[in-house]
Formats: sequence, structure tokens, C-alpha cells
Amino acid sequence: MDLTVIWAFVIAVAVAMYVLMDGFDLGIGILFPGFKVGKERDQAMNAIAPVWDGNETWLVLGGGGLLAAFPLAYAIVLPALYAPLIAMLLGLIFRGVAFEFRWRDPNHRRAWDGAFCIGSLVATFAQGITLGALLQGITVEGRAYAGGWWEWLSGFSLLTGAALVIGYALLGSTWLIWKTEGELQADARRYARICYPGLLLAFGAVSLATPFLEGQYYQRWFEYPGLLVTIPMPLIVLVAALFGWRSLSGAKDQMPFVWTLALFLLAMIGLGISIWPDVIPGRVTIWEAAAPEKSQLFMLVGAAVLVPVILIYTAWSYWVFRGKVGEEGYH
Amino acid sequence: MKLPEPLKGAQPLSVPVSNKGVTAVDDTALLLARIQFAFTVSFHFIFPAFSIGLASYLAVLEGLWLKTGQDKYLNLFKYWLKIFAIAFAMGVVSGIVMSYQFGTNWSVFSDKAGPVIGPLMAYEVLTAFFLEAGFLGVMLFGMNRVGKGLHFTATLMVALGTFISAFWILSVNSWMQTPVGWAMNDVGQFVPAAGWWDIVFNPSFPYRLVHTVIAAYLTTALVVGGVGAWHLLKGHKTDETKTMFSMAMWMAALVAPVQIFVGDLHGLNTLEHQPVKVMAMEGHYQSHPDGAPLILFGLPDDEAETVRAAIEIPKLSSLILKHDLNAPLAGLDTVAKQDRPPVPVVFWSFRIMVGLGFLMLALGLFSLVARAAKRLHDWRPLHRFALLMGPSGFVAVIAGWVTTEVGRQPWVIYNLLRTKDAVAPIDAPAVATSLAAFVIVYFAVFGIGTLYILKLMGHAPHPGETPPASAPIRTAGITPSPAMEKNGADPRPDTSEEAK
Repeated sequence: MDLTVIWAFVIAVAVAMYVLMDGFDLGIGILFPGFKVGKERDQAMNAIAPVWDGNETWLVLGGGGLLAAFPLAYAIVLPALYAPLIAMLLGLIFRGVAFEFRWRDPNHRRAWDGAFCIGSLVATFAQGITLGALLQGITVEGRAYAGGWWEWLSGFSLLTGAALVIGYALLGSTWLIWKTEGELQADARRYARICYPGLLLAFGAVSLATPFLEGQYYQRWFEYPGLLVTIPMPLIVLVAALFGWRSLSGAKDQMPFVWTLALFLLAMIGLGISIWPDVIPGRVTIWEAAAPEKSQLFMLVGAAVLVPVILIYTAWSYWVFRGKVGEEGYH
Repeated sequence: MKLPEPLKGAQPLSVPVSNKGVTAVDDTALLLARIQFAFTVSFHFIFPAFSIGLASYLAVLEGLWLKTGQDKYLNLFKYWLKIFAIAFAMGVVSGIVMSYQFGTNWSVFSDKAGPVIGPLMAYEVLTAFFLEAGFLGVMLFGMNRVGKGLHFTATLMVALGTFISAFWILSVNSWMQTPVGWAMNDVGQFVPAAGWWDIVFNPSFPYRLVHTVIAAYLTTALVVGGVGAWHLLKGHKTDETKTMFSMAMWMAALVAPVQIFVGDLHGLNTLEHQPVKVMAMEGHYQSHPDGAPLILFGLPDDEAETVRAAIEIPKLSSLILKHDLNAPLAGLDTVAKQDRPPVPVVFWSFRIMVGLGFLMLALGLFSLVARAAKRLHDWRPLHRFALLMGPSGFVAVIAGWVTTEVGRQPWVIYNLLRTKDAVAPIDAPAVATSLAAFVIVYFAVFGIGTLYILKLMGHAPHPGETPPASAPIRTAGITPSPAMEKNGADPRPDTSEEAK
């Protein structure tokens, strides 16, 4: 088996884990002003307070793994996305400290709630722009980025930014449907119903625009054998969306979140089909950017042992904080 | 939107790595990128320097509580846990900035060194960051949700995670200072050539690791001692304040001399592998064929290549560095000008670090005298001294890093890759904007966070201390009331249920 392919898969999984797990944290941040001051906001925060740090760590694994396994890609992509990445990092600072700060300073709790929301919103929008900018192509000369510092900005990247904001908001609201009850849960249900059509619309727009960005995407999706996937894909998405929509009024509180995960997974599979086997779409393949076998092998030994262990203790910490948030404490 | 032509095939990726010819990286952009890295990494390191030590201290406190059953240890544990939560959050968010900044601002370095240092950093994420983050939730919020033993395990895992994190990142830094086990491939990347353990345990790593981890412990001890001293001066002579002051003074007395000894070994290691850095630390512009003087103080002048107004002790430098009064020591006159670090910065930051180290030793000895005289808890000059020394660990740690990082200039990978050749092709206005944003956000956010920590420290630990979870769980619970919502640092005895 090709080590480079394995590492491409590992990094894809790390990014997917990040999007799914920190996605619901950031989504709750985005929706935060929509929750009533006091009990509702506190509950929403408590639904993620014990797990957000672990969720965010997948982002560091994605970045660190890219540096280690595909240093050339790391060296080209990060300068190309300078402005959105710096914005994301600053957003994550406000989001991260708000978890602690809002409890330490009741007089300014509203201000930290605002910082929590704006930080989450900026980080999410920047991540969406990053995706769009990568898909539309970046200027590479030799082994370096050679575009200006506004190249990432386009109608398409703004669209992907907005799509991710809606997507994370849906993840966040469905997480709250699972983890809370009463008024907060009712609010979360209402927001999920608003986000749902919005997300489908945004997904549809991004999916329609992508094939026309570059020759490669078009060939992938509209020429045989890609058509074998292209034709059923929208159907599968629609079926998943239908089940997801119905689950919003269903009795099983975890199902809306599970269906949203399914929609995200489908979107990520679609992305994978579009860009494979490039690490920088249209520019650099995974093999061109790969670190030497010796580097990849050294890491793989560790990852093969450690990632399962990480998944086990992460699952354990979710298990410790299982159940509805409002019921916890007071044993 | 205009899409560039795909370059695959048109322009091969096999051209050597360089930032030249891509865009002319001007001196302003380089300088700004260096300032930005120095600023963000200095700010960042303040938090791990504290949380590495504090995590271990928390593990000791919880262990003592489990062993003795004495409430004072539990109260101290919960008191410092709240402070830890804030410091740790600030460390996490400022740390993510670092892990991306290698790429955003030092992309040529990332491309060239990625195959060697990348795997070490990936191991840091896999073995340390996940461990800390995975168990942090249980440590902070899980006291009532898991058994005591399991909670103690979570605390131990977080403490272990902070140490493992230091292990890997210091290995990376040390490899950049003393690179070994590499070869260069045909596109100019450093690739691993020797076994990985040779790379991980490169020549300066063991010394740097021990010196840095002890520094973190000492920094924490001085903070804990300073807080204890403050409350003793204020007359809060409870079991808790006395215990934490006593524990901190034991650490200062025992660890400060060890640190001075380890620092000396680290210095000798630097002399062996990076002699130019030691020349700058010592202010030795000239070579001394028969015994070099120790310059205590003076004003180094890089232009004139001399230390003005120097106060020096003849031959002492040779004695310290070579253990021989008459040993010859080469000076910066043996080094080409473009290969020298800026001497004044290195010279002074080194003296600040060493000077504070000896003051820490003095504090430790003072506390031993007070202890022998049975006046540890009521000798006010000792408490005032300890209070003054409270933040000194942070200053010493930053001064030490300035010494070693400025001292290895102009190289980012020692003697192999110059800092100016490692920078990303980002225009000056972009770097200036991000630097301004970082400065504003860091001072505002981390400044406020530090105020919150000081506010928590301003309250004496008290019986019935609540863990960080108390605030969220309490307000989320069945009886939220304005008084209870205030915050976890409320000095009044807490009557809520989970405070038992």
C-alpha cells in the first residue's frame, strides 16, 4: 500500500473529524445571540464546554499532519490563504477564551457572549472561504505561492463561506436538540428548521458552481465514468435530507444530528471525488507534495497506535458527559 | 474570476526551494514577520510555562488529598484549578496560532524542514494535545461525574500531556539549534538520514528539555509562593495559605540550585555546539588567547565591536566555561560579520535570566532560614520578597528564550538555513496588518484573562472552594439565583450543594 495515499486518507479523516466535531461547537456559537440570556445560554455553553478543546485539536492534527506528510502543500496553501487563516485564528481566540471568561466576569458576560458568537462566525466563514479558495485554484510558481494576498476573494469563496456558516449552524442546532430539553430545545428545533432549507440551497449552489471552475471538476462529474456517481449523488443527498427533515419532528432527539452528519459526510465525499488525487486542486498532487517515505513511515507507526487510543478516550469523555445538559450535577 | 493555468508539467516542482524570484521578499516584510513570530511565541510561552508546572502541582495536590483526606488539599486543588482553566485556555488558543504560523509566515522553512520536524510536531499533537484536551473536560467539570480515582487519573493525564508537549516541541527547537541526522534531497529539502532517535535526541535537546521544564516548575512555584505570601501579608493565615506558601518555598529552595546547575551544563553544551552564541552572551568581541575575562556588566556596541563601561573579572570566563583560568577563548572577531547575532540583546537578556536565577536561589535560602527559625508564616520581609518574586519566573523564562533564539541568529536552522531565506512570500502590508491585529487582540484578550487570574488570586482560598464547573452547573441547574451566579471566586463560604 502506498504510504502517501494512506496519509492523504488520514489527513482527510482529521479534517472531517474537525469539521463534524468543532462544527457543532462553532454552530452553537453562531446561533448564540438567538438564545435567551441566562439559563438558555448557559445550557447551550455547557453542552459543549467539556468537549470543545478536544474537538479543536483535530484542526491542529490536520495542520500538523499536512506539514509532516505533505510539507510542500503546507508551504503553498498557508501563504495563499494568509488573510482568511489569520482571521480564523483570531476568531478561534475569542471563541476559545469566552468559555472561561464569561463565568469569571458576570458584569461583562454579555460582551463575552458577543465575542463567542463573532469569534465562531468569523472562524467558520474563514474556513468556508479557505475551502472555496482551494477549489477555485491558487497561483503556484515553482515551489511557492505566487498570487497576491486577495486572490482568495471571489464570489465562489464567499458562497462557500456562507454555506459553511449555515452548515455549522445546523450541526450546532441539531446537537442542542440532542443534548438539551425544554425551551432551549424548542429554540434549537426552530433554528434547525430555518437552517435546513438554507443548507440544501447552499450545498446545491456550491455543487452546481464547482464543476465549472476548472476542467478537471467538469470531467470528473459530467463524463463517463464520473456520471455513474453524478446521477445518483443528488438523489442520495435528497433522500438523506428528507429523512433529516422528518427527524426534526421525530421523537428520537439524536436523529437530527445524525442525519446532519450524514449530509456533511456526503458533501465531503463529493469534495474528495472532485479533487482526488490532488492535495492542491489543479496544481499539486499528493505524490508531488509528499514527504519522504522515512518521514511518513515514522509517523504512521505512531498514528496507527495512537489514533485508536485517542478515539477511545475521546469517546469516554463524551460518555462521561452523556445525557441532557440540564439534568447534570446535583448527585 | 480569473483562473490561472494549471502548472503541472508547465513548471516542474523540482526547482530548488527558495523564496527568491517568487516575489522579492523585502527587508520590511522579513522584519515584520520576525517581529510577529517573536511577539506571538513570547506571549504564547507565558501560558505553557505556567500550565506545565501548575498541572503537576494540581496532580500533587489531588494526590495528597486522596492520600491524607485533608480538606485543605482539596480546597487548594479547586482554587488553583480555576486559575489553571483560564491559563490553559489562553495557552491553547495562542498555541494554535503558532502551529499555523510556520506555514503562513515561514513557508520556505516549512517546505525545507517539514520532512524532519513535521513528524515530531505530529507526534506532539497525537501524544500530547489530544491527551490534554481529552482529559481536560473531566478534570475541570467531572468531579461529580466520575469516581475520585478516575478523576485523579484525568488530572495526571493532563499533567503528563503538558510534559509530553514540551518534550516534542523542544526536540523540534533543539534540532533547529543543533541539526543532526539529515541529508538534503535534490529539491533542497532536509530529509531524515539517520535514525529518528538521533534526530529526536539531538545534542542540545536533553539539556534544553530539562532546563525548560524545571523553569516551568520554578515559575509556577514562584507564582504560588507569591500568592501565598500576599495572603499571609493580608493576614489570611489559614491552613490553605500556609500550606501553599510552604510548598512553594520548598520548591524554590530545592529547585533553584538544581536549575542553576542545569543551566551551567546547558551553557557548556551551547559552547560546544553554538560557540558564537556564547561569545554574544559573554560579550566577547575579541579573542582571548590566555584566559578570557567575565564581563559582569557593560554596554556592548556591535559597531565598535567593544563592550563599553565594562565591569570585568579577569580570566573568570575561561574558568567557568573551560574550567581553566588560562584556557584560550575565541571571540566574535573569528566570525564573519554577517554570521553574528546582535550582541546587546543576547548579552542583556542572558544577564536578566541569570540575575533572576540567583534571586530565586536567595529566596529559597531565605525561606530555609525562616523555616529553621520557625518563622516561615510570620516573617514579613520573607513574604514581601516572595511577593516581589511572584512574576519573576515569567521574566526569566522569556529572557532565556530571547538569549537562545536571538543568539542563534542569523540562522533558523543553525549554520544551514538563514532566517531571511526561510520567510514566506507575503507582502509587507499583509504582515503589518496581521501583526497589528495580533498585538491588539493579544493585549486585549490575554490582558483581560490575566486580570481575571489576578482577581481569582486576590481571593484567599477558603473552605468549601468550588471547582470551575460550579459556575456553569449551578446556573444551569434548578436554583439559579443572582447571588449564586456571581462567580466561582466568591470568597464567601459557598452553600450550594456541589460544594461539599
